[in-house]
Amino acid sequence: MSETWKAFKPYALITPQTLVFLLFLVFPIVMIGVVSFWEFNGYSMTPAFTLANYQGIFTDVTLKTYLNTFKFLGLVWVATLLIGYPVAYFLAFHVPKLEWQILLFLVCTIPFWTSNIIRMISWVPLLGREGLVNQILMGIGLTQQPLEFLLYSDFAVVLGMVHLYIIFMIAPIFNSLMRIERSLITAAEDLGASGVQIFKEVILPLSAPGIAIGSIFIVTLVMGEFVTVRLMGGGQSASVGKLIQTQIGSLQYPLAAANAIVLLAVTMLIIVSILRVLDIRKEL
Amino acid sequence: MQKRALSFYLLLAFFCLFVLFLYGPMITIFMLSLQGPDGALTFPMRGLSFYWLGQVFQEQRVGNFIEPFVRSLLLGATVMAITITASVLASMGFRQRFKGSTVIFYMTIASLIVPSILVSLGIGVVFQVMGWPTNWFSSGLGAHLTWTLPIAFLIMLGIFNRFDPSYEEAARDLGATDPKTFWEIVLPLIAPSLLGVGLLTFTLSYDEFTRTSLVSGQNNTLPLEIFGMTTNVTSPALYALGTLTTIFSASLILIAYFAYTAVVKRQRGKA
Repeated sequence: MSETWKAFKPYALITPQTLVFLLFLVFPIVMIGVVSFWEFNGYSMTPAFTLANYQGIFTDVTLKTYLNTFKFLGLVWVATLLIGYPVAYFLAFHVPKLEWQILLFLVCTIPFWTSNIIRMISWVPLLGREGLVNQILMGIGLTQQPLEFLLYSDFAVVLGMVHLYIIFMIAPIFNSLMRIERSLITAAEDLGASGVQIFKEVILPLSAPGIAIGSIFIVTLVMGEFVTVRLMGGGQSASVGKLIQTQIGSLQYPLAAANAIVLLAVTMLIIVSILRVLDIRKEL
Repeated sequence: MQKRALSFYLLLAFFCLFVLFLYGPMITIFMLSLQGPDGALTFPMRGLSFYWLGQVFQEQRVGNFIEPFVRSLLLGATVMAITITASVLASMGFRQRFKGSTVIFYMTIASLIVPSILVSLGIGVVFQVMGWPTNWFSSGLGAHLTWTLPIAFLIMLGIFNRFDPSYEEAARDLGATDPKTFWEIVLPLIAPSLLGVGLLTFTLSYDEFTRTSLVSGQNNTLPLEIFGMTTNVTSPALYALGTLTTIFSASLILIAYFAYTAVVKRQRGKA
């Protein structure tokens, strides 16, 4: 075997995958950048260099949309962390056998592999005006009228997103909890640490990288979200993703592109700040 | 000791509630899709039959599902074939250090974490500027690959991390060429994992919505067709379709899991 082939081999092997990414990821995003400076005259776009598309973002309506997106992100992040951490903790520390841990983790994972659309539709018979939750609440006399905020509201959007994306928080946390040396916990116990102390001083710091990776997934999933906002928000809820989708629908590509670039920049900024606080390199 | 027992039961209860939250909505539409012919979109259930499940296969007023289903199957199979080939090759490339590997690695990660609407918009813009029509088998295929390929690649990296290179060295010492070593040694050893990754890739593609939504062209894939239905269908047929397609993806995942564990067990038994 010649030395030149050996040095060349990895490049030959990565070529197909790299081509796919260049063609369908890098080039499209570069084109979004280019088109975001083009002119739009109401029905078609022409190559130019204008900042008008970006200026359009700094209007009250659009800024409000951005704020609303941050609100969704904050709520979904807190909810997925507060629900996801105990679930991962239970699986990692309270389920005795490895087979059972894997099986129960699989139970949590299966819904993620099925259709997001169906998973959202399935909330309708539960939360609608005549849905099961309202029927029960009125049946036991807790409310006189059906609660309107359950469906087609910001509440429903957050609920839908938590339901769809929580596995992205659980999986990395579960992974980092499973890697914690059990002898560390025994050592802490032997030295007289209480359960709360062990959690605060040993387990939480060691699972921080998992939290960071989970948070990064939540950020990227929620920031560009438009399907849940559309299906569960019922027209009133706004998000940047939905704004971009509406602009594309009316063929305003340059405006959509400018919004997408700002969205990408904001998302990257949040990710970089997460990485500043928490080091994930050990996890990779 | 008693204190630990209490925290165990609290967390167990929390976990059960979580599983209920995860599966509850799905179970309600399963139940509602089993109603009689005069069934409605909400409880209580009106009758019990397979009427609506059968309706899915009939010609619908709002469109039919067979064609989008076939499209999704074809697309899923194509995505699976390309993803497996490219990710196996690339992850084998990564077993050796080479210049630029970090850049390639981060590009893969980027494909996973870029908000998916950017992928959809970007591919749409490229096709628009080039004057090409968007289609599920061209732009749609590309959009799917940006999602399945990084996931498959990361799983394959993990598999090759645990792969013992001494098998290949032995083959090479006995005079086997690189391709021969791959076909006769490496491939049979990673085959069960490939089966698992393949089925995962297929389901990911089969259920993909966001990245495809703006670039599928005139003919919808199944998830897009279902999305279109949500606004204008008022019968349990929608739930029936949801039930059937969910059972389909869930069984693929279970088959992948059990086939994988069975093959691994058999191989361990041999060794």
